Amino acid sequence: MKTIRETLRIGLLRSALEFKQFLRQRESVVFTLFFPVILLFIFGTVFKDTIAPGVTFSQYFVAGMIASGLVNTGFQQLAITIPMERDFGTLKRLRGTPMSVSSYFIGKALLVTILMIIQTALLLFFGTLMFGLNMPTSLTLWWNFTWLVVLGSACSTVLGIAFSVVPKSGRGASAVVSPIVIILQFFSGVFFVFTSLPSWMQQFAALFPLKWLTQGMRSVFLPADFATQEVAGNWEIGKTALVLMVWLVAGLVISIKTFKWSRE
Amino acid sequence: MNKAAAIQVRGLVKKYGQKVAVAGIDLTVERGEIFALLGPNGAGKTTTVEILEGYRSANSGEVKVLGFDPATKGAAGQRWRNQIGIVLQSASDAADLSVIETISHFANYYRNPRDVQQVIDEVGLREKIDAKARELSGGQRRRLDVALGIIGSPELLFLDEPTTGFDPEARRSFWDLIRTLKSEGTTILLTTHYLDEAQALADRVGVINEGKIIEIATPDTLGGRNNAPAKVTWLENGVTNEILSKNPTEEVIRLSQRFNGQIPELQVLRPNLEEIYLRMIGELK
Repeated sequence: MKTIRETLRIGLLRSALEFKQFLRQRESVVFTLFFPVILLFIFGTVFKDTIAPGVTFSQYFVAGMIASGLVNTGFQQLAITIPMERDFGTLKRLRGTPMSVSSYFIGKALLVTILMIIQTALLLFFGTLMFGLNMPTSLTLWWNFTWLVVLGSACSTVLGIAFSVVPKSGRGASAVVSPIVIILQFFSGVFFVFTSLPSWMQQFAALFPLKWLTQGMRSVFLPADFATQEVAGNWEIGKTALVLMVWLVAGLVISIKTFKWSRE
Repeated sequence: MNKAAAIQVRGLVKKYGQKVAVAGIDLTVERGEIFALLGPNGAGKTTTVEILEGYRSANSGEVKVLGFDPATKGAAGQRWRNQIGIVLQSASDAADLSVIETISHFANYYRNPRDVQQVIDEVGLREKIDAKARELSGGQRRRLDVALGIIGSPELLFLDEPTTGFDPEARRSFWDLIRTLKSEGTTILLTTHYLDEAQALADRVGVINEGKIIEIATPDTLGGRNNAPAKVTWLENGVTNEILSKNPTEEVIRLSQRFNGQIPELQVLRPNLEEIYLRMIGELK
């Protein structure tokens, strides 16, 4: 019990420290937190067409960006910063202290949670203010929104940690990670209406969590009858939860098995 | 000695694929001593130290650090790290945090941390307490590394080339810090490229080459230094003369008689640690 409390306490202290460091790196603040908001402005302003009765592309896009935001603050942010920490010797130093590995991961997960809340709030704020986004109208939808955010960011966090062994160096990390995120965004119905994509793209995207997150967010933010416009003709809520759960478990196992504290 | 040694290594072997990095090392470091490990790059020095620190596992051999096998995984291994401090060769982490923020944060990791303010004074970073790590000079950055190494009041401190890039003055005051830690009972394993540093600090030095320990001795007796011939030089008829002698005192008396007292430009030079060391390494190549 005492050990668990200590692990949590250090994890909490680490998240506070990590958040402080995050805020002091101006480029990461802009890149991680404001980039999706900037995209929102660009796409939301340019594409104002109505894609179904009572639904504009702006609304469709905001829902997709909220889902993307979870990928940005978790997967993308971690898969870029952890290789940098490896290069800077941060991880090796931590490994040489009594700090438990779990505290490090708790610190990361809490950092992602803080960033994710800020990001989602920003997107919701500007989405409703400027691009006609409607807040969820029922308790069920709020509940769906909550678990989508929680499960989505948990998934995104563990996959970010798992993927952090792939970039060879901290400097090259963003060149490896960013294209993957951008391609997934194109394939997953963020920048285009999903059903307008070629079917091979749709099938490819369906293997990854982002497609399911964007669809889930649309179920929360778009009118209920828009469901008929989706690939399956409904929101596939149960399947979404299942896919995210599978990725969460896979990501967790992979990150525990493959995590590296130093480059060699 | 009834207390177990700080470090005990028997038959340590480490291979990377076909390449043998450490080829059977035996080493004992007693509690409270400063032990310097010397050796050229690629000699197996870093590999050995990293095995002792728990970063790498050995292929074979017995390793006990403070009575514990550093390769132990999991919670027990992390707990053992309460008793050791590690100052790594180079780090550029926590660049956006201030000196005080970083040191106070690391103090949280340890069961029995030292006083943060006291550590800041000891490493001489009082004036830089609110400076970000990225604003520190190379020497100051190294002092921060040392502060993080000693914040947990370690029984055993690993120092990997701690004074690289220091100016002479900073090096002297760093040595004083190390002596203070020793006087408080800390065992220190030092690796360095500076032979004067080993001479100034170490109780014993071990020379490692091609994965093997060649010799372990005190700095004054390494490589038969105490018995090695000394060089006596003097000025005579405008020319510097020199002779090598196992018994330089006799030479000096003889010269003094010849010059009727004052010998011009007299010098008696014992081989320094660096010369001895280079001879030892060179002999093997």
